[in-house]
Amino acid sequence: MNSRPNSFRSGPDERGHFGMFGGRFVAETLMPLILDLEKAYAEAKADPAFQREMNGYLKDYVGRPSPLYFAQRLTEHLGGAKIYLKREELNHTGSHKVNNVLGQIMVARRMGKKRIIAETGAGQHGVATATLCARFGLDCVVYMGAVDVARQEPNVIRMEMLGAKVVPVQSGTRTLKDAMNEALRDWVTNVHDTFYCIGTVAGPHPYPMMVRDFQSIIGHETRAQMMEAEGRLPDSLIACIGGGSNAMGLFHPFLDDPSVEIFGVEAAGHGLDKLHAASLTGGRPGVLHGNRTYLLMDADGQIQDAHSISAGLDYPGIGPEHSWLHETGRVTYLSATDEEALAAFQLLSRLEGIIPALESAHAIARVIELAPKRPSDHLMVVNLSGRGDKDVPQVGDILKGRKAK
Amino acid sequence: MTTRIDTRLADLHKQGRAAFVTFLMAGDPDPATSLAIIKALPQAGADIIEIGMPFTDPMADGPAIQAAGLRALKGGMTLHKTLDLVRGFRKGDDATPIVLMGYYNPIYIYGVEAFLADAKTAGVDGLIIVDLPPEEDDELCLPAMKAGLNFIRLATPTTDDKRLPAVLANTSGFVYYVSITGITGSAAANATQVGEAVARIKRHTSLPVCVGFGIRTPDMARDIARAADGAVVGTALVDALAKSLNAEGRATPSTVKAVADLTAALAQGVRGAAQAAE
Ligand SMILES: Cc1ncc(COP(=O)(O)O)c(C=O)c1O
Repeated sequence: MNSRPNSFRSGPDERGHFGMFGGRFVAETLMPLILDLEKAYAEAKADPAFQREMNGYLKDYVGRPSPLYFAQRLTEHLGGAKIYLKREELNHTGSHKVNNVLGQIMVARRMGKKRIIAETGAGQHGVATATLCARFGLDCVVYMGAVDVARQEPNVIRMEMLGAKVVPVQSGTRTLKDAMNEALRDWVTNVHDTFYCIGTVAGPHPYPMMVRDFQSIIGHETRAQMMEAEGRLPDSLIACIGGGSNAMGLFHPFLDDPSVEIFGVEAAGHGLDKLHAASLTGGRPGVLHGNRTYLLMDADGQIQDAHSISAGLDYPGIGPEHSWLHETGRVTYLSATDEEALAAFQLLSRLEGIIPALESAHAIARVIELAPKRPSDHLMVVNLSGRGDKDVPQVGDILKGRKAK
Repeated sequence: MTTRIDTRLADLHKQGRAAFVTFLMAGDPDPATSLAIIKALPQAGADIIEIGMPFTDPMADGPAIQAAGLRALKGGMTLHKTLDLVRGFRKGDDATPIVLMGYYNPIYIYGVEAFLADAKTAGVDGLIIVDLPPEEDDELCLPAMKAGLNFIRLATPTTDDKRLPAVLANTSGFVYYVSITGITGSAAANATQVGEAVARIKRHTSLPVCVGFGIRTPDMARDIARAADGAVVGTALVDALAKSLNAEGRATPSTVKAVADLTAALAQGVRGAAQAAE
């Protein structure tokens, strides 16, 4: 790219722009609330009592810090870089999503909101939201595409046990993007008492920034833990990308460290020439769900169906900050197919005794390719964004189907 | 700059009656039927015609208008074809104002400058873009004004007195007051509340105020027409269209008539407001 910014960590500007990406493309009904939220978040961020309270819950309720674990058998098997796993799957509720939900629920409480809505793909964000709503006694409604309700059933049951109402969304492609449309429709209708807890670094400003800030604890911890383990910064970071929140959280604290190579992994589904969910690789800039970002769409600007084996990556867009990091060249965006993710899912289970979420398995899939090409003193961190319990029935069915053939 | 919208609303004001504004989706259920319907609207009593630009992800629309958009897209509708539709209409009608309503992405992908030039020559008078608040005026609102098109903004119950000036600043043609917080097809606000809201907006602007969302019957249209400068009906017309389709979702010989008949009945309601007021 032409001009390299002085810092990759200073965005967004006051209008929510990361370069040309981001912004506030929402209906007028929501605009006053979004401005209120921006103000409430700025106040919370500057309030030491807010930070103290949040840190307390992060430690004792979420179980942070999550370990940075040296994956010795995976490292030996691949024969290259020294691989560390950032164990976000050990968090309460089983993924990184809880970091963000805790922050947003605390902001919602400051704003006096009693009803929380959320969209969810894999159900991990829905489960985290249902969990914190239970903890703080708030009403919770989760929108989930009907296709995802079927393929992530364990999480649907969990949300209902936690007292949330799960609404299967039948419109459009019945996956994550439609769940987000439906959540926005609820929000427009119930704007007076409702807080929309968005599950990734997307949506209108200030969401991409706010969610990134709450997730950045992943990168901050990683930095300190790697200094302690190895006495220096990692050489590379890898994370999967649906909307991009676990990736942004790991990457952001390292963006201004030029020695750190950074890789995001999108879902290539059946392959990049077929149905997939790789917005940066296969899409172009457009406007959806409140922000300008890379999207999968046709020549008329109609949004196209995404496909991924993993419900959490099955989204035709990506957070605006990633679009900017892509265009500036700071982060390299790769992709992994359904098949590669399935193979990685099994490999990590067998070698390390850790069943990863199918989402996280996409990142592992690229580690399998990249690690052998790096020297043995190369320190590689992969974000293990979630655990695979929710995927066990789905993957079990796929593998059983293959054995039968 | 004076558009057909300005002229039409000024004329109606002189006549002492409110405008009847219809909304239908471009290309619903197919381009030819859609053109026939839109051509029939002025005769049936529509004063201003809003045409929806189909989009896959209409996040401010209820099920009826979502389905209309999907029918149109399935029938091969595109933004280029929506402009063709306007051109087709303009061959026989150079007076009825046309407003395109929808979401920003298809316009952004078409290219803002190219779209505005093509829309203007096709005979479009105004734009309502749901996901472009004043905070994003640089995107399309300011270029549209320069191109001689009205940029009609939505004001809502959440647009308070503090915010109204920003919402009204670059609005022209008319102000579209959304009478409820909600999506299209929701229940309507009552006429008293609408009257108060319209009066509040009029304290900030001399522009006409048209009111929409939730108006379904001639009686409701009459009540709203008494309280505002115009009444907009969308979902009820789209429902009438949908009901006339066959099991495969295709047009039948009764489709154009179904929409025209309801338009005529609603127009009677709006006109009734003026007589009742005398
Ligand atoms: C475990 C896990 N990882 C990753 C994702 C993708 O989201 P993001 O890209 O925002 O981290 C999800 C989403 O559901 C998830 O559940």
